[in-house]
Amino acid sequence: MSVALSVRALGKSFGELQALRDVSFDAHEREMVAVVGPNGAGKTTLLSIIAGTQSASTGSVSGPAPAGVSGREVGWAPQQPALYSKLSVAENIRLFARLEGVADPDREVERMLEQTGLSARADDLLGQLSGGNRQRVNVAVGLLGDPPVLALDEPSSALDPRQRERLWRFIRGLADAGTSVVFSTHNVGEAERYGDRVIVLDQGRMIFDGTPEALMQAAPAGAAGDFEQALVAFLSEGHEL
Amino acid sequence: MRWLLRKDLLILRRSRLLVALLVIYPVAIALLIGLAISRSPSKPRVAIVDETPPGQTVQIGSERVEVSQYAQRLFSQVQAVSVRNRAQALAKVRSGAVLAAVVIPPDVAAKLSSGVRQAQLEIIYNGDALQQSLVQSQLGAALAQANLGFSERIQGAAVGVIDTLLKGGSLGVLGAPPNLIGLGQIPSKLHGIIARQPPGQDRATLETVASFAEFAAQNLTVSKNVLSTVGQPIQVRSTLLHGRRTPLNTFAVVVAVSVSLMFVCVLLAAGGVALEREEHVLARLLRGQPPLVSREGLLAEKGALAAGCAFAVAFAMLAGVSAFVPLDWSRVGMWLLALAFGALAFGALGVAIGAAAREVRAASLLAFLLSLPLAFLALVPSGSVSVGLYDTIRAISFVFPFKATLQALDAAVNGAAPSLGGSLAHLAVLTLAFGVLARIGLRRAA
Repeated sequence: MSVALSVRALGKSFGELQALRDVSFDAHEREMVAVVGPNGAGKTTLLSIIAGTQSASTGSVSGPAPAGVSGREVGWAPQQPALYSKLSVAENIRLFARLEGVADPDREVERMLEQTGLSARADDLLGQLSGGNRQRVNVAVGLLGDPPVLALDEPSSALDPRQRERLWRFIRGLADAGTSVVFSTHNVGEAERYGDRVIVLDQGRMIFDGTPEALMQAAPAGAAGDFEQALVAFLSEGHEL
Repeated sequence: MRWLLRKDLLILRRSRLLVALLVIYPVAIALLIGLAISRSPSKPRVAIVDETPPGQTVQIGSERVEVSQYAQRLFSQVQAVSVRNRAQALAKVRSGAVLAAVVIPPDVAAKLSSGVRQAQLEIIYNGDALQQSLVQSQLGAALAQANLGFSERIQGAAVGVIDTLLKGGSLGVLGAPPNLIGLGQIPSKLHGIIARQPPGQDRATLETVASFAEFAAQNLTVSKNVLSTVGQPIQVRSTLLHGRRTPLNTFAVVVAVSVSLMFVCVLLAAGGVALEREEHVLARLLRGQPPLVSREGLLAEKGALAAGCAFAVAFAMLAGVSAFVPLDWSRVGMWLLALAFGALAFGALGVAIGAAAREVRAASLLAFLLSLPLAFLALVPSGSVSVGLYDTIRAISFVFPFKATLQALDAAVNGAAPSLGGSLAHLAVLTLAFGVLARIGLRRAA
């Protein structure tokens, strides 16, 4: 698998606070990379820098050759749906397609509605949709222009279990189609289940990068095959990569 | 940027209640302010008890003045409610049917005619402090006017008497001898007699009397002028330092339109920018290089949309008001210029507020809390507060667009000073300054 996203020696400071320190990793095509860690670990900051909503203090983020019609390499779906509640599903997608400079916005709208399974709700105002469907539209807008990398900041945090399941199926489908997905989550089970790789952040440092199985093995004895316990034990030990 | 504009228009179309409030509320506030400025206080309801016998007159010199004429002058300043007696008047005042009662006693004519005793009216008040103040000032002004009228009549009668004393004739006063010799004729008649008198004590006495009569006649002529000066010691001569005088009602129109322009524009622009934050869309729009929409483009779009809407509302208001207040339509080009520059400056102020706030409600509240005092500060007249405070108010008004818009619109509609060009330049500078502030405020948006 070729590298879709390369993060090198990334650092971010807010005054005295070091939110990220020397974070480096690669994300590959068709790969889903889960970013986990306790509150304040730097997950959202990392995702924001990858998405381009914040600039890094040090280091770099690079992708492959410009992809998508507008040359935007990373699609982005923030934690809170960044959409207009007074516009319909189709109007939201069409507006951002036009702003992205997509050649045929109407066709893109059709494609995204089909992809998200929201064709029947196309004319519904976004404010009338459930949290799960809003998040699907949020992801769909992030996918406009077919970016090779998709950054998702806690995409399932506000959803019920059924909505979460549907959303992850949708995202898995995107990854299977070739998109590299980097997502942050508080739900350790999701990281284990959907992440091909897990990156563990703690106080801005990356302390683990590997498969969920590798994290289980690296955890101290006593985790007894439980991924969440393994992660907690791993963080308590203060392991370094 | 046009897609963003289309989106905002679509959202506005779907927010009918918001749009209705945005138009109705400022227009209502503007009309209230306009009414408060242009209308004088309404006449207070006052009960009048006239206890004088019908047709009673006051003798002033040779003239008779009817008491009812005096009362009519007084009644014209208030909304008079006639009652029969003092008891009825008191009841009406107590019940709140009238704010005050004026009792004209039966001996008023006798006292006025005596020339040595002052006539008195009784005034009975009621109501709160504000109502008392209103009725006291109105009745005070009415009494002053009526007294002035009386004083003029007395002065006229006195001048007539002095003329008769000087030139001779009949005084028309009961008991006075007819065909009196005039004081002015006495010196010449005496000089004729003196010429025929031999030198001696009698001739010297006559010469002294003639000299006194001459002196008295000259000074009595001067006393006529003195009387007219006493009747109206101070006359007012008005001089306007610069510009055209703006009639109060057209100035009220200008104030009302400026207030509407400000509210619609500032609230819409501030709300428009804050909405992007509230919907979490701002970061999506501004991310990457180049961003989907530049920060400058976003601010310009919001400011221009708000300015356009406010411009349309304000012009419609101006055109509508012209059906009731005569406005010079040949100056319409200048109106449009003033409205456009004012709207852009308010739009810039609005986007600066919107960039500082994180949500629509906070932005609207901030816009409202800032706008209303600015409007009132701009209307504080010089001399009504201390010099230091007025200078502070002037400085505050200078750095916000309301006063400049008011001046531009007053110049455009009424040809008032300062000139339209100066106010437009001021507004252009303010637009730029608030645009820069808004851009700084949006830097922290993510």
